[in-house]
This record gives sequence, structure tokens and C-alpha cells, in this order.
Amino acid sequence: MNSPILLIIQREFLTRVRKKTFLLVTLIAPVLFAALMIVPGLLASMPEDHKSIVVLDQPSLLIPEEGTEQYALDYLNPGEFDLELAKDFLRNSEKDALLYIPSGEGWDPDFIRKNILLYGKEDISIELQRFVENLLEDRINKQKLLRQGVDPEVVEQAKTFVSIKSFTLGEDDASEETSATPLKMGLGYIAGMLIYFFIFFYSVQVMRGVIEEKTSRIVEVIISSVRPYQLMLGKILGIGLVGVVQFLIWIILCTTIYGVVSTFIFPDLLAQSAGAPGMGAPDMGDVAGLQIFDMIRSINFPLVLGGFAFYFFGGYFLYSALFAALGSAIDQEADSQQFMLPVTAPMIIAIVTAMNVIQEPNGPLAFWMSMFPLTSPISMMIRLPFGIPIWQVLLSGAILIATFFAVVGLAGKIYRVGILMYGKKVTWKELYKWLKY
Amino acid sequence: MITAKKVSKHYSKKIALDQINLNIPKGSIYGLLGPNGAGKTSFIRIMNQITAPDTGAVYFDNSPLQPSDIARIGYLPEERGLYKKMKVGEQVLYLAKLKGLTASQAKERARMWFERLDMVSFWDKKVEDLSKGMAQKVQFVTTVLHEPELLIFDEPFTGFDPINTNLIKKEIKRLNSEGATVVFSTHRMESVEEICDHIGLINNGKVMVEGALLDIRKHYKNGTYSIVTSEPFDYQGDALVYNDVSHTGFSYVLKLDEYPTKLVVDLAAKGILVGFEEILPTVSDIFIDIVENGPKA
Repeated sequence: MNSPILLIIQREFLTRVRKKTFLLVTLIAPVLFAALMIVPGLLASMPEDHKSIVVLDQPSLLIPEEGTEQYALDYLNPGEFDLELAKDFLRNSEKDALLYIPSGEGWDPDFIRKNILLYGKEDISIELQRFVENLLEDRINKQKLLRQGVDPEVVEQAKTFVSIKSFTLGEDDASEETSATPLKMGLGYIAGMLIYFFIFFYSVQVMRGVIEEKTSRIVEVIISSVRPYQLMLGKILGIGLVGVVQFLIWIILCTTIYGVVSTFIFPDLLAQSAGAPGMGAPDMGDVAGLQIFDMIRSINFPLVLGGFAFYFFGGYFLYSALFAALGSAIDQEADSQQFMLPVTAPMIIAIVTAMNVIQEPNGPLAFWMSMFPLTSPISMMIRLPFGIPIWQVLLSGAILIATFFAVVGLAGKIYRVGILMYGKKVTWKELYKWLKY
Repeated sequence: MITAKKVSKHYSKKIALDQINLNIPKGSIYGLLGPNGAGKTSFIRIMNQITAPDTGAVYFDNSPLQPSDIARIGYLPEERGLYKKMKVGEQVLYLAKLKGLTASQAKERARMWFERLDMVSFWDKKVEDLSKGMAQKVQFVTTVLHEPELLIFDEPFTGFDPINTNLIKKEIKRLNSEGATVVFSTHRMESVEEICDHIGLINNGKVMVEGALLDIRKHYKNGTYSIVTSEPFDYQGDALVYNDVSHTGFSYVLKLDEYPTKLVVDLAAKGILVGFEEILPTVSDIFIDIVENGPKA
């Protein structure tokens, strides 16, 4: 245990893991995360907001529709009420809203359609408006069809819904894969976000650690015992280890919490909320059972998991070396802003373009983003579940590794000079000069 | 112990060290002196292998510096500090292990030093909870714990309170008597004059003069003599720099071209000579002399 790098890793790791904030964040994050999964389900199951709507239906368009449990419809007698009287009625009643359907001249559906009014005691919710609109559209459609002499029943029966089973063509029939786009999108997005979060959170800690050593003035004491690159590397590895441990604890805790909650506390609830985000895939119900299994099988998990580990660490090492160099160049964290932005910009761009990459995982944007080393850990990770030509994965990995070594070399040079510079406002030009010291 | 041969170092356009030759004898207390920006810290960082010289070489015990030598050096930098959030004991052990001690060696020696400097109660405290003076003691212990053969102190007494300064001077002298070579680097030349036996004067990246302190002072003597008598004596001439009367007698400071043998003998014969002394220049006098007139051949 006396190798300097190991000693440094040990110190970096232990001082962080023993902090109270580490314990706090490690325990609270999964609770928040679990809440994030459970709360939408809870909300969806909350009792609905009941509204009762009074309808002045002059053309008898809706009668005798009674509405739903949520929106109950009651009718005023068109013989006794006009719009003004109906409004007065609403004012003096318990009802929540008034729907006015005029008959117009000669029962013209197009006139009716344009002149329907909805009054509410409070603001009309979008949901209520949509309910009324859908109802009316349906009725007016039917009336129009009837007027053309078409039986709405026939039209209803003629409506067709097409559900395509998509495959990814393989070398032979056996390797044909059920296309699992929604699942892949989710997987790629979540993995990409995790990497983004990990890189951001822990690389910044590396920078903080470097600044701490500088401001506390211990750094020169340390580097009279170990080489600067050993200190830098030890710090990066030690903090990376903290991150890995924290992630592992989170995974274990989340799975446990999710498991406990789903089996014992709200078994029905989670079934609902898990089914709800159907990723826009229509009518998953029919195909779900068998196909989900096929879909999962269609994803190359060894590649995705391997890729995740690779980009997770590759991205972290690359960025943390950059952040270490940054930290060495500045005296106070407050000065870090002007240097942070150019370094973090690629990562932010990768996250902002994540949706475009998901929608077209083999498009030019996705390709270039997954080659450029500062965005590839996120962008390539998002693409990976979709099955990427292997040469692209290898090329992107090679570029990332090569850049890592180049950056560590350069960052090491800046770091070596920077940690011994005190009380100097550093410019980009100055950093460039340090490379040549 | 340390020999530097034609060592140069420059930072972009600024020359920090210009072909310097230095020799720090084994067992000496060596003062590396010069104004701020003279190149002292640059040279110290080279000895500690924090930076490498552009040209030239530094020898440690007659062989070129190598990475393993850092375990034989104890270095207290000018910019010094400790991890504020770390406990004192843990931190001392960590720094000692970085210098190559085993855990048990480090623990044993740390105990010994903590007892010697009366700081056992610090062990479980965090550095941020210590007073400045306490932290300085801890810092000193971390510098010497691995029993280095060469101790390097950069501006050691700036920021140290007087009590700690004395304590540390005492400990340094003791370590020196036990065989350690000590290097002090400072711009406050008077502060180390009393404890250094060797000095090197650096200015603008060049060594102006180097050697045993006494030899240098003798070499730069300028014929200044102090004479104290019990009765005033009549001295005529330009040579009188200063005279004064005090309870010890009448004192005269003379600047002469020759050793005043005759004058002293005469005064002694009259029975009024109380004291006679040749005044050797102080290091700052020598430094100013050299900066103004160049090194004396």
C-alpha cells in the first residue's frame, strides 16, 4: 500500500466517503429517484375532479348524452331558456359550466360548429374543453354523414387500424430481430443521461479537490513527495472510485426500494404507471407479452453494457483531466466560471441534441457527435442500443482513448505549472504558455 | 551534500537561474540568501525535483538527483499548508507514508515528535480547529518526520510566531548536530546569520558569492575597527566613522587602510584600552556591497 498513487487514491476515497454529505446524498438520492418513479403513478390514481355541466342544446345535438363520471351533463329546456337566461341560471346554480349549442339557420353543421360557446365559473380546464370538443366533433361528424346519406355505423366499421411489426434484417432468418425502437430509445437515453450526470458531478469534484489543495497551500508539500501527475491521477482515480461506489449503492438501493414497493405496497399502482409511458407505441397491449421479450433479446446487451462501462469511465477520465487542469490554473472556485463554460459546452450540446440522435441514430449528426471525443461518451451511448456498425464503435472508442492520453499529457503540463502559481489571474493565453514550460 | 553544476532555468522569457554553481557541504547549515525573485525558490524546487533544470545538473551525494532522493529530503515550502478538513494525526501519517515510511514507522515517529513538541492533544483534531501556531508545529513535524538527511526551509520564519521560531531554531540545530544538512532560504538575511555556517548569495539568477560565512565576511572586511577606551583619546583624521560615550567607556569606530597595531599598542601602553575588535561586515552589508560594486576578487 505504499505506492504513492495508491496512497493518494486511498486518501481521496476515504476522506470523501467518510463525509456526512456523502452518506446523505447516497441515501437521499435513491429515495428521490424512487419517488420520481412512484409519484406519477400516485398522481394518476388520485380522484378525478368532478364537474357538472349544464347544456343549452338548441339543435338537440347531444341529447340524451349524459357525459361521463367526471363530466356530468344536464340539459336546459331550449323552450324556456335563451343564452342570457342560461348564463343567469349558471350564476345562481351549483353547476360548474355552461355549454351553449345554437341551432342556427336550417341546422347547418358548419354554422353550429363555429358558434358553440362554453362558459365556466372558473377558468375552463384544457381537459374539459377537449372532452366537450371531442364529444361534439363526433356528433357533428355523424350528423354530416347522415345528411350525405351515409350510415355512421358503416363508417365506424370501415375504420382500420394498422399495426406493423418491424424487424431488423439479419444475415439469416434466425438472426432477424424484432425492432424494439421504444425500448432502445429509453435505454439509450437513460444510459446517456447517467453518463452525463456522472461526468459532470464527479469531474467538478476533481476540480474542487485541486483548488482545495491549492488554496490550502498543501500542494507543494505533496509534490515534493510525489510527482504532480501521480497526484493528479490519484485524485482522478480516487474520486472516480467514490462515484462508482456511490452508483453501485444507488443501483442496489433503487432496486431494493422498487422491489419492496412494487411487491408489497402498491402492486397495482406500479403496474399502471409502468404501462402508462408506452413510448407512443400504439396499442402495446396486444403485442406486449411476447414481444417485449423479443425486444429485450434484440438488444445486444454485452455491447451496451460494455459500451456503458467504457464511455462512463472514458468520459469521466477525459473530463476530469480537463477539470484538474482548470482547477490548477485558478485560485478560487469563483474564478472558474469563465473556463468552465468552454469545457462543459460539448457535454451540454450532447445532451441537448440527444433527442435528435435518438430519432435518427444513424444520421450524420449522430455519427459526428459520437466520433467527437468530448461528446461521444454521451452521444455514442445513446446510439449503442440501436445496433451501430462495429467499426464506428471501435473508431469512436479509439478516438476517445487517444484524446484521453493527449489531454492527460497536456492537462498534466498545465497542472504541473498551475498548482505552483498563486494569486495570478490566468488567461487562456497564459495556459497555452504553460504547455511549453 | 548538494552540488549544482551550471544549472539554468527559465520560464518563457524570464531567466530564473543562470548557469549557477553551488555547493552545499554535508553537515552544514546553509543560508541560501537573496532578494525576492532572485531564483532561490526555483533552485529549491529543482533540488526537490518539483521542476527540472533546463541545462546543468544537480548532484546529491555526488550522484545525479534521482526520484528516490526525495525520501531523503524534508522540504518546508514558502507556500505551505495542510488539508484543513483532515485530522492532524491522519494527515501526518499520510504525508510520512508518501515519503516512503511504513505505517508503523510513521506512527512510532509521529508519537515521538508529538510528545517532544508537546502536541499529543492535537492528534484527533482537524487542522481547521488548530490555532496558527499549533498548525505551524504540525507543519514542522511533517517536514522532519521521515528523518531526512537534507532539510530545506524556504522562508521558514515568515508567518511563524516568535515562540515557534525559537523552538524550531532549537530543533533544527539539534537535527543538524545529529547529522542533518540544513538549507535555509530567505530574503531576510539578518535572520539566519546567527545560525548559518555557510551561505550562498543569489541575485538575478546568478550566484554572487558562496562559501563558509566566516571566510566570506573576512574576505569582504573593509578595515572597520571598534576601539573602546576608559578615557577619551585624541584621534584626528578622516578615519573616524563614529564615536560615542557610554557606561562601558568611550567607543570609536574607525575605518583604516591598515591594521592599527601601533594605535592599539599605544592605547594599551597608556592603560586606557578596554576593548578592540575588528568589525566584520554583515551579510546584508556584503550583499549591498556586491550589488553596488560587484564581487570582490
